[in-house]
Amino acid sequence: MEMELLLQFCINGLMLGMMYALVAVGFTLFFGVLDVIVFSHGDTVMIGSFSGLSMYWWVNAYYPAMPAAGTAFLVVLAAVSVVVLLGMGVADAVIVPLRKAPALNTLLATMMLGTVLRESIRLFFPDGSNPHPFPGLLPDWSWRSSQLTLRFDNLALFCSGALIIALVHFIINRTRLGLAIRAVAQDEEAAKLMGVNFRLVVLATFAMGAGVAAFAGVMNGIYYNEITFGVGLLLGAIGFSAAVIGGLGNVFGAILGGFIFAFLQTIGAVAMPFAAAYKDVFAFGVVIALLAWRPTGLIAEPASKRV
Amino acid sequence: MMRQMLAFLSGSAGCIVFALAIIVWLHVFLMAEEHVPIFICLVTVVGLGVAANMLKVTDAVRTSLAEHERLWNLCALAVPLALIWLFREDHYNLFLIGAIMVYAVAVLGLNVQLGYAGVINFSCASFFGIGAYTSTMLMTGAGLPPLAALLLGGVMAALVGCILIFPVLRTSGHYAALVTMAFALLFKVFMDVNDFFGGPQGITVPPMTLFGIDFSHNMLFGDTELSFYLRYDLLCLLLLGLAFCFVRRLERSWIGLSMDAVRSDDTASACFGINISRWKITAFVVGNCLSGLAGALYAMMQAYISPANFTFSDSLLFLSILLLGGIGNMWGVILATVFVVLIPEKFQVIQEFRYLIYSGLVLLMIIFSPKGLLPRQPRSYS
Repeated sequence: MEMELLLQFCINGLMLGMMYALVAVGFTLFFGVLDVIVFSHGDTVMIGSFSGLSMYWWVNAYYPAMPAAGTAFLVVLAAVSVVVLLGMGVADAVIVPLRKAPALNTLLATMMLGTVLRESIRLFFPDGSNPHPFPGLLPDWSWRSSQLTLRFDNLALFCSGALIIALVHFIINRTRLGLAIRAVAQDEEAAKLMGVNFRLVVLATFAMGAGVAAFAGVMNGIYYNEITFGVGLLLGAIGFSAAVIGGLGNVFGAILGGFIFAFLQTIGAVAMPFAAAYKDVFAFGVVIALLAWRPTGLIAEPASKRV
Repeated sequence: MMRQMLAFLSGSAGCIVFALAIIVWLHVFLMAEEHVPIFICLVTVVGLGVAANMLKVTDAVRTSLAEHERLWNLCALAVPLALIWLFREDHYNLFLIGAIMVYAVAVLGLNVQLGYAGVINFSCASFFGIGAYTSTMLMTGAGLPPLAALLLGGVMAALVGCILIFPVLRTSGHYAALVTMAFALLFKVFMDVNDFFGGPQGITVPPMTLFGIDFSHNMLFGDTELSFYLRYDLLCLLLLGLAFCFVRRLERSWIGLSMDAVRSDDTASACFGINISRWKITAFVVGNCLSGLAGALYAMMQAYISPANFTFSDSLLFLSILLLGGIGNMWGVILATVFVVLIPEKFQVIQEFRYLIYSGLVLLMIIFSPKGLLPRQPRSYS
């Protein structure tokens, strides 16, 4: 194994890891605030990619002279605004009414919601059942040697992903809104008594998680140059796994989990070249083993239990 | 007048009336091919259900069920037999009836896990698939007789369940959900990339043969030619009957009582000396064994399996059946299976939209009526 090839795998792994971390952050945010798993989050990511693509088509059709930076900005803006609205709608219509229901019902309801979103795109998006090419959006500068290609767009995506996670971290830990979110996460009743607007906090959290997911969707499109309606299910499962191996309710756990999952997939592909197709089998197998070893994730939840 | 009718229905007559109504309705519904009659059938059943609930007929039927249980069990056996006989020449409808019974067995297994012991399982379809693939490989590869292969399919599902239960036991809540979910995804991907088990194209399954009778040929009865699915349906009915009796006995025994205790409050039941792990393991293994048996029979009936039959979405389908029927209520489970299997099949002309409509309906059901069609009644100790 040559050094450069190894480095190439590392770069790809880092890109995947950032994408998974962005999805996992959403899972962990929602769990922190309302103690729910919103399994449709992966499909929200997919909706983000598709709204970005629609915006790209629209710009191409009506303003073909738009500079590339403007197009990229509009695409991200469209993805984020559609998905933020969707996220808030989902929170208001499904998650909050089911707050007192057993955890299984919520989980199943959000899985069904994911199916509704996925099927809607398949049926109602023009030619939705086939993969669509996704535009590169960013200039395709790259630096290459014999086996290593460093692409500018990957670097830009990675840095903006890191920035977004830093921003989420800043909002949660340094702003009044973040204080309210943490208060609700700790004790809903007490937070309400202190004058926190519960509904607003929930909506803000879902908007934030969805915004991050939209960016992950655009990133997913640019990275693979292609989007399909079905990508949400696997992304959701991976994001959920990442959030859980890290430890639910912890943003750093989600980031750690995202990178671990990408690392596992890459290792699965590199270390077993004879069986590269088994990389997902390997990754999910290790997830199960990790949970058997650390039942509440690597960064454990505080495990006190009132009897 | 009304009171007399309710008294009439809460006796043994209620059972006969109910069974006849189900036979007639299912017969009409299965025969209907145009959209309008199918739709009218559905509206009728929903309307009857709502009316029965408002006129307290449901309570009368419940009394009848509690007092004449033996008769109800007999009727439950007579309904599928009557339907099988009515459709004796119709391949498609017989296949649907068989599929309902096989799915019901798998959901009964899930019911033991989730409904009694409270062990979460998002990989029911994977165990269904393990049974199917094991029995197929044993027949084609090892040349085992189909009946042995069928039973070993169940055993294999139970064995794999024995391994998966360890991480499930150590975790709880969402973490346990993830373990089974990861297993479901892992199973599907593994079957897809594996050439040994036929890969994504799937494999053909040899037919069931029992006492030298090949189940894949039509048979003559007098001068009518009976569909070959008739034998499969009888076998499915046998399996469903055995599974039903087994699960009912389990529920009524001290084992079921212990499982209920474990589900309702594990701390309290541990304080009373109930071994939580033991009952969770028992429930998980028994449930998976039932799913595996059902899967093995389903594979033989369908004569062809591929990984696309055993995806995570199929596990969700099983779970939704359980939730729609009312977790823990076996009659509810079977009733829900009938609807969940039949409705998509009947609306095949609008096939494109069926997953959308179906998942939307389940979503609404969870939000507005989370207890299901027939919620489980509290235990009666009288």
